[in-house]
Amino acid sequence: MNGTGLIELSNVSRWYGNVVAVNDISMSLGPGITGLLGPNGAGKTTLLNMMAGFLPPSRGELTVDGRPSWRNPEVFRTLGLVPERDSVYGFLSGLDFVRSTARLHRLADPDAAAHRAIAIVEMADAQDRRIATYSKGMRQRIKVAAALVHDPAILLLDEPFNGMDPRQRLQMMDLLEQMAEQGRTILFSSHILEEVERMSGTIEVMVGGRLAASGDFRAIRRLMTSRPHVFLVRSSADRELGAALIGRPAVTGVELSPRGLQVRAADFGTFTRELAGLCRDGDISLREVLPSDESLESVFAYLVAS
Amino acid sequence: MSTTESREEGTAMRKRTASPVPGMFNPVVFRITLRATLGRKRAFVFILTPVLLLAITALLRAVATSPAWPAEFLGDFGLSVVLPLTALIIGTSALGAEIDDGAVIHLLATPVSRLSVVTSKFAAAVVLTLAFGALPEFLAGAIAKGFTDRLTIGLLVGAIVASVAYNAVFVLLSVLTTRAIAVGLLYLLVWEGLLGNFVGGVRVLSVGQYSVSAANAIAKTSALNAHLTTGTATVMAVIVTIASLAVAGRRLSSFSLKGDAV
Repeated sequence: MNGTGLIELSNVSRWYGNVVAVNDISMSLGPGITGLLGPNGAGKTTLLNMMAGFLPPSRGELTVDGRPSWRNPEVFRTLGLVPERDSVYGFLSGLDFVRSTARLHRLADPDAAAHRAIAIVEMADAQDRRIATYSKGMRQRIKVAAALVHDPAILLLDEPFNGMDPRQRLQMMDLLEQMAEQGRTILFSSHILEEVERMSGTIEVMVGGRLAASGDFRAIRRLMTSRPHVFLVRSSADRELGAALIGRPAVTGVELSPRGLQVRAADFGTFTRELAGLCRDGDISLREVLPSDESLESVFAYLVAS
Repeated sequence: MSTTESREEGTAMRKRTASPVPGMFNPVVFRITLRATLGRKRAFVFILTPVLLLAITALLRAVATSPAWPAEFLGDFGLSVVLPLTALIIGTSALGAEIDDGAVIHLLATPVSRLSVVTSKFAAAVVLTLAFGALPEFLAGAIAKGFTDRLTIGLLVGAIVASVAYNAVFVLLSVLTTRAIAVGLLYLLVWEGLLGNFVGGVRVLSVGQYSVSAANAIAKTSALNAHLTTGTATVMAVIVTIASLAVAGRRLSSFSLKGDAV
């Protein structure tokens, strides 16, 4: 593998005119998988672009393998970038695209390197088709293959799960974890919190340009499942179900409305488990359970406050 | 696939040449640019214009009575309209269109020098402009006056100068602004078309004048409206080309991407 895989940021800020996109972030990334989470506009892409040398920090220091990445294309010897934008040369076949990238890296055997990278992302079957005919998930994987072709120690992925179906998402997550196990530094950004449910590794949460929370995936996952929730529940016997629910410690409030039951739960995980049990015991059929405060901002705001 | 297999593959991938990526020309960038430029929708414009040029020339040959029509038409329309527009579409497509749609990232996220990205894309643009601009101009000259006539050879030389210098300028514009086509059109219409006719000094900084002056060096006819000496035109064409590419390379080194916060 090429490079040590270390990314160091110290007090990095980036602003555009009066808008602060990234605000005083310090972090140190090494081998393993890290998820950079936050709502849209939190500054995740700006941070990734700075790491890949596509944007200079307005203030602070950012180094990849000990060297600044801005105006230093040499950084791509140790770093692979999977950009969010889906613009790939659609007229090339997957193999041509990855092989061209290998040639741009001046690899000794571009053909072999391309085939290996394509095998890693399991795209060999479709490698001879034009990229324009690929599905979203396939395009993401061929972009990962191109970013991997020179065996970099660092792989940066901007919203790699965007537009993927759940199966493709699982495959991609497995792939990233596999690569992290090989000792690579993997950093991916995502605005979909649920992605951490499956992930092992470190999580950095960004909100409004700042690093809001950071730590082990378990801690964040626990916070996520124990956060307070409001649900709208409709059942065959709302009043009976409401009475039973209010007796449970996980529930902090129940309101009967024409639309159904508004239930405030203190603990997401316990509530969802108990609700099923109560219905079964009372022979009540559950028609609908809708989370009603699932906006990403509220979830992130909760994480930040914790 | 098991982790062990991937590791072995990783080891094999490590082999590479030790030298830094050298050279001013990158064949991979060149080839991809050729295909990408030909594949864009706007390609039909530069594929159709030469057909139009040849058709009008054939028509004029049949009906025109003035002996000066070949130089006037192929100078005023061929060298001064068809070639700049062909170069504008191709030159801004080669780099500008890829910057717009983001495809250029796949080239820039490699250790290839940014200057060689510029020069290779420029080379691709020149080759395409020669094929779709200069060659038809030469053929049109041949239809009008025959293959070996001085005017025909002169038009070919002028068209080659235009293909090279215009593309350098338009590749530079692609790096400087996201509205390269609009700015390029303004340059052609206002600077070369309007000011160039009234202000003598402007002609020294007009690629169009380098082109017709080069053509006139061989054709030697006042119908081409050349206003620069061959020496001035040659030196200026070389300076403008090299300077444009150098500045474009520098600007592309500072190529930056904005994030979602803006």
